[in-house]
Amino acid sequence: MNKDFNPRIVGFFCNWCTYLAADLAGTSRMKYAPNVRVVRTMCSGRVDPQMVLWAFRHGADGVLIGGCHPGDCHYQEGNYKALRRAKLLHKMLPQFGIQPERLRLEWISASEGERLRDVVNEFTEQIRRLGPLNRKEAAPSVAMAA
Amino acid sequence: MNGNGNHNAKIGVYVCHCGTNIAGKVDVKAVAEAAAKLPGVVISREYKYMCSDPGQELIVKDVKELGLNRVVVASCSPHLHELTFRKTTANAGKNPYLFHMVNIREHVSWVSDDPVSATEKSQALVKAAVSRAFWHQELEPRRFPVNPAVLIVGGGIAGIHAALTMANAGKQVYLVERKPTIGGHMAQFDKTFPTLDCAACILTPKMTAVRQHPNIHLMTYSEVSEVSGFVGNFKVKVKRYPRYIDEEKCVGCLECIEACVYKEGKYANEFDLGLGKRKPIYLPFPQAVPPVPVIDPATCIDFKSHKCPKGCMEVCGDRDAIDFSQRVKELELEVGTIIMATGFKTFDPHRVPQYGYGKFANVYTSLEVERLVNASGPTLGQVVMRDGRKPESIGVLHCIGSRDENTNKYCSRVCCMYSLKLAHLLKEKTGAHIYNFYIDMRTPGKGFEEFYKRVLDEGVSFIRGKVAEVSGWAQSPAEEGKLILRVEDTLLGVVRRIPVDMVVLSTGLEPQADVQEVRRLFNLGCSAEGWFLERHPKLAPVDTFTDGIFLAGCNQGPKDIPDTVAQAGAAAAQSLALIDKGFVEMEPNTAWIDEELCSGCHVCVGMCPYTAIHFDSEKKIAVLNEALCKGCGTCVAACPSGAAQQNLFRDEQLFAEVEGVLV
Repeated sequence: MNKDFNPRIVGFFCNWCTYLAADLAGTSRMKYAPNVRVVRTMCSGRVDPQMVLWAFRHGADGVLIGGCHPGDCHYQEGNYKALRRAKLLHKMLPQFGIQPERLRLEWISASEGERLRDVVNEFTEQIRRLGPLNRKEAAPSVAMAA
Repeated sequence: MNGNGNHNAKIGVYVCHCGTNIAGKVDVKAVAEAAAKLPGVVISREYKYMCSDPGQELIVKDVKELGLNRVVVASCSPHLHELTFRKTTANAGKNPYLFHMVNIREHVSWVSDDPVSATEKSQALVKAAVSRAFWHQELEPRRFPVNPAVLIVGGGIAGIHAALTMANAGKQVYLVERKPTIGGHMAQFDKTFPTLDCAACILTPKMTAVRQHPNIHLMTYSEVSEVSGFVGNFKVKVKRYPRYIDEEKCVGCLECIEACVYKEGKYANEFDLGLGKRKPIYLPFPQAVPPVPVIDPATCIDFKSHKCPKGCMEVCGDRDAIDFSQRVKELELEVGTIIMATGFKTFDPHRVPQYGYGKFANVYTSLEVERLVNASGPTLGQVVMRDGRKPESIGVLHCIGSRDENTNKYCSRVCCMYSLKLAHLLKEKTGAHIYNFYIDMRTPGKGFEEFYKRVLDEGVSFIRGKVAEVSGWAQSPAEEGKLILRVEDTLLGVVRRIPVDMVVLSTGLEPQADVQEVRRLFNLGCSAEGWFLERHPKLAPVDTFTDGIFLAGCNQGPKDIPDTVAQAGAAAAQSLALIDKGFVEMEPNTAWIDEELCSGCHVCVGMCPYTAIHFDSEKKIAVLNEALCKGCGTCVAACPSGAAQQNLFRDEQLFAEVEGVLV
């Protein structure tokens, strides 16, 4: 394991649970690994599998999706959709040469600041052990202002 | 990705210090300097408090002078100040949705040890926001009217106070209570601390006012079974359980109770916690509202054998209020706002068997003692123990089920004070010697410390130490026939054995047993203990994460009566503010479907939990009804053609953001 390796992780966090858990971890001044960079979505069900692949393609070593616990989805059942898509991705990722362990879906409620901290720390360590994801070709970019 | 971002984006980036909250860990200057180099960024600044007047003024000025058309603020959580900065952007004459917020406080400075990585993380998040900002569009919030009626769930003092406040303001109130009477826990108390006001004297007039108020529709013995809709436009189903007595016809004469085939009460009265007996037809307590008896089908002979002479029906006569054919009725209500006042339950001391509750007859819970000292209680206020004796010595044990690693870690806030109150009342009524066993005395409230002093002066003994065990194992003649409390007196540093006649367990407060079901029904969040989660602990203490639903009383956490009433008033005020505004503005984060791109595959139709999407079989495309869309974006994630998109979370925006955090 390369101790100097600093994994880059994209976190897709649901606005109603995991994002708030991260807010709570913040207000409680819990310290955790700085590797997860959060992209907020209204629901884990908004996370398009393409977004996960896009993240891997653009340099992510890991992707963490955070949704509401089963039965607690703010939109009734978006988290179940996320679960299905994560399962699909876990099957697909090896075909791209990406270890499925690089994608994780976790249920973290708004009150679970401690759990958020633990999940982020643990997942960061897991990705650190897996090492950097070696991408061969340069990734295209969203056609921005250019 | 399809489409183009705004070629003419002129972005202003503002990095907030938040005093030292952010600047103490993140090199805000470096973040602002890095942002200045990003494409499209016209100006990048850092400032001590972006949310302050001068901070906001900075943005307004730049927008006007530099012609900015995008604003990015890196500060705290969008849940705290997104609205603030959207308003600032609007004040500067730009569409508020051209603003985007970056959370570098809760998600970065407060959770980071290392300033270097915290600064890098902030820079990445700012870069993501800038990349995303290109794709922001002008949007208009959706407007919906607000139904001026309110649903209040729970008829304790919180629900009662909120109901009266709303009704006095001229709003229609539906007050739903699960029990046969309103009044809640407060109705069970004798006196209230620290003023020793008689609970009934201050509560029952309010209960009567609820009953008489033309704007309040009281539904006791009823439960909410379904909630749908959204802020301003909730649809609620209420189940009304049969009390087998028609509330409209009953005049409250109570002759039916007299006429019951049972001459004496035979079954445990729930209101008196089993200390008193009731008949199968009963009124929970004399001042119950509504003053309409209930028939308990589990104990009524006629329900079991159909062979009862039905004295109750006979005596009711022409009033014809008794109706054995009643069934559960379901009502549908439409309301604009909901106030949750669902209260608490007390800790069950069976969970701490070392205190002998249920094993020794003379071990009581504090709530049971409230009934014993209550003039309208089962003993008419006489403190007579279960074995018929009057106690000569009483031990009051604080923190039962509170501040305990094995049960509940939190402090229940009210127990120190009610223990003092009970010590005073028991001493007054019995002349017994009273011991209070406490871990710490917590009396932070108006007149609380003074009350503590008064009880000390009255000669109540205070022993600092948590009782380890209540036993009946006498080791000396003086202990014979007594309950022996073994306790470490932490001020003396010795273990003591104190024999008493009666033990009072000051049980803590817990969330209601069915809090998880209720939470799901209303789509609310809960703390780990099961208390409802407020939107913000300081700035939005009665709001919830579901717009239009407010909290009042102990379902949010233990609190005393004054705090509960204050909170109920606050919840009513918030609810009134929404109603009187007349409309709600909803986040314009709805989905839409591009007709040109839709291939008619039907995938999105099944995804939508709100049936907002239907298939137009003529055009052979999916059509989205914006009014029904709640903005989860599940259909967008599923659409294989990129035809479904979500405002504020369009593919381009999210893909750009992902790229931004990584590069």
